[in-house]
Amino acid sequence: MGDKDIALMAHLMRRAGFGAQYEELEARAGKGYEETVEELLHPENNSNRMDLDLGERYFIEWNHFIRCVPEYTAFRMINSYSQLQEKMMLFWHGILCTADSKTQSYVTSHAELEMLRLKGMGSFKDLLVEISKDPAMLYFLDNCLSHKGAINENYGRELLELFSMGVGMDGNFNYTEDDVKECARAFTGWTISNGIPGQPYGRYPASFAYNPDDHDDEEKTFLGHTGNFNGEDVIDIICQQPATARFISRHFYDYFVADEAQVPSWMDTPPRDPETIKMLEDEYFRSNYDIRSMLRVLFNSDAFKNARFARIKGPIETVIGTLRLVGDWTTPKPGFEAIFEEMKHMGQEILNPPSVEGWHTGKEWIDGGTLVRRINFIADHVGDVSFPGIQDIVQKLASEGPTISPQGLVDGCLKLLGHYELTDENHQSLVEHARKSGVSSTDAQEFPKHVSEMLQMIVATKEYLYA
Amino acid sequence: MTSNKKDPVLVVLQMTGAYDALNTFIPYSDPHYPDYRPTLQVGPDEVLAVDDKVGFHPGMGPIKEMYDQGKVAVLQGIGYPSPIRSHFRSLDIWHTAEPEKMITEGWLGKAIRDIDPNKENILTAVNFGRGLPRALAAPGVSVASVGDLSNYGVLTGIQGDDQRTEALDIFARMYAPMIGSGPVSDYLSQTGLDALKGADILSTAPEMYSSSVEYGGSPFAQWLKSIAQVHLAGFGTRVLYTGVNPGTFDTHANQNITLPKLWGDVTSAIGDFYEDLKEHNANEEVVMLLFTEFGRRVQENGSGTDHGSGGVAFVIGDAVKGGLYGEYPSLEPEKLDSGDLQWNNDFRSSYATLLEQWMGLDANPILGATYEQFDFIK
Repeated sequence: MGDKDIALMAHLMRRAGFGAQYEELEARAGKGYEETVEELLHPENNSNRMDLDLGERYFIEWNHFIRCVPEYTAFRMINSYSQLQEKMMLFWHGILCTADSKTQSYVTSHAELEMLRLKGMGSFKDLLVEISKDPAMLYFLDNCLSHKGAINENYGRELLELFSMGVGMDGNFNYTEDDVKECARAFTGWTISNGIPGQPYGRYPASFAYNPDDHDDEEKTFLGHTGNFNGEDVIDIICQQPATARFISRHFYDYFVADEAQVPSWMDTPPRDPETIKMLEDEYFRSNYDIRSMLRVLFNSDAFKNARFARIKGPIETVIGTLRLVGDWTTPKPGFEAIFEEMKHMGQEILNPPSVEGWHTGKEWIDGGTLVRRINFIADHVGDVSFPGIQDIVQKLASEGPTISPQGLVDGCLKLLGHYELTDENHQSLVEHARKSGVSSTDAQEFPKHVSEMLQMIVATKEYLYA
Repeated sequence: MTSNKKDPVLVVLQMTGAYDALNTFIPYSDPHYPDYRPTLQVGPDEVLAVDDKVGFHPGMGPIKEMYDQGKVAVLQGIGYPSPIRSHFRSLDIWHTAEPEKMITEGWLGKAIRDIDPNKENILTAVNFGRGLPRALAAPGVSVASVGDLSNYGVLTGIQGDDQRTEALDIFARMYAPMIGSGPVSDYLSQTGLDALKGADILSTAPEMYSSSVEYGGSPFAQWLKSIAQVHLAGFGTRVLYTGVNPGTFDTHANQNITLPKLWGDVTSAIGDFYEDLKEHNANEEVVMLLFTEFGRRVQENGSGTDHGSGGVAFVIGDAVKGGLYGEYPSLEPEKLDSGDLQWNNDFRSSYATLLEQWMGLDANPILGATYEQFDFIK
């Protein structure tokens, strides 16, 4: 097992998860790349290795999930061994969006995120049915206000525009305004009982209810098909569309491979890598809309393996990845809200995407304010030698010999951060910086500080903004 | 850097959470008012009346005082077409001045681009708070966003002055744009260098400042103090933005307890800020806009008020022609909009007034249309 295998594993874990410490990378690489992909694709066959009992006893707010759902979600992203399951939860949460700013019912949002964990790698068709019955969604996009004879188009429209087909493809519109209305008609009667929000009587979980009396059972014509369609029938027709295959393939590409154009421009902007998109579209139909099969093809493709550092990390990836790297929050302790706040201030508040469109990604994560917060957050963490993950890095470097050269220090740090790469100029700058400090003995008292300062400089680079 | 102290400066204060218009600027003598608010009503003896019909919430003493001096324009019945009762979407509409569709450019972001098209001053706009509001966002516009002015900068965690200086030198070298590295990399370089330079300049503001005014301890009061420091430092900053945390004014419950305290904190901070400017002879060059995302339900829920529409906003400053603008929405039950105040005054009219009459900008390209303006600027 060479550096190349570990570098590739670091890449896989940054994309299919939230990054991993070097030891975990070695262990996973030892199992083999394709085996690791399979393990990640099958959380149901593997322990997530989390002690949630302890968490639930400590964070009593997790009881019934009336509060602290973002914190719980963050705890899982940090600690679950089934990293892809959490990464897919976040993926779908950014596409099949609901926002707590409207729903104001953590207990209902929590149920939605659990559903995304459970169904996020199964059949896309099943997932669309689930999200259409999801109480948070029924409330968020007003389908509970859509009635026979008095439709509310909100859900019908977003289902087509943002959850499945997209407005258009290759310069052509994918559906008409009539399709939107017919789609909304098919979902009449899909509503909730135990309404949201809970004020003033308290917060109870809402649940899906189908009201046949309020369902418009008349004939509808949707995307050229005619019948007395209900919601499931409409979803079945949606899933057969090439536009749907294209739309979710582009989302996979954007999230796992490389930054794509922003979603609203997809109608007119062709995919960045049409061949890979075609490969994913083919697998979508071949596997009968199976998300897991598409991900398998994706992770095992050269296009994926060769796309190291082609995506700018999102704020949640940044915060969770940093905490996993330094080994913080492996057990409960007070002060967890600050972590959740940090993601928010970097521009990505879990359970509050800025709109039903989800978060804009890529360079749009970065502005003067968020860049400073991001760099300082990571630098403050890697600069703290009391964290176990940083101690491990120091010890690993020290174990390689009694002295270390300036270049050895820079390269060693880059490697242990997950085989990061710098431009020659920046690499040279950091080697010079290491030389100036004059520390070379690895058992010197100031060696840990020397290492942590180098880590701080590396995480402040432009290159480190990418994953 | 040139100091343009006399250039008009806009300070925007975002009262996130949606303050209750009806109990902020109160139609205290309207016979319907006590019916809608059996437990939450503010009595005629408590209201800070401005005439025989309306008056300020009793917690808003400092603003009432400025109103009496003719420095406050009350924008009654403010809102936008097809009101939306979601905090986020509604704020977004106020930020982008676009109720019809989602766009990413903010109205102030575009204004900043017009003020400083060649990006000569990276501190043309400064935000105080956590994260940049979309109002200030526009491609190619750099806005410094500061959580804590006394400790703002890149790599603030590096110990030792020499080490930090060297680290920042390396940082500047590493973010230098490289030929042929592409637009995204160039953008990241520019953002990194602007942040570094902006932090350098901003960090000098507190040292240059002294004042007899003592601000309160709330984050909002401290941010207003930082705004005073930055303005008085003469960096040429033209747009300053801050607010309260999301949900602060979201008084679904216990409104009688929370609203007086919130308005007390907010308006004392505004009063202190004005006094501070005055002490430094800088009160004439600043106008404040105080707004929230929407109004609240006319009928109380027994303890608080739920999301509604039709709000009230305030423009404050020496340059303001004080008084009432727009109409107070009718409380007649049949004139409510699904139980909410019916707005009558498009918020973009006030934006246009501020942009043209105060900031001296062409409002049409920024707002995408021409709106009737008020005459609340002298």
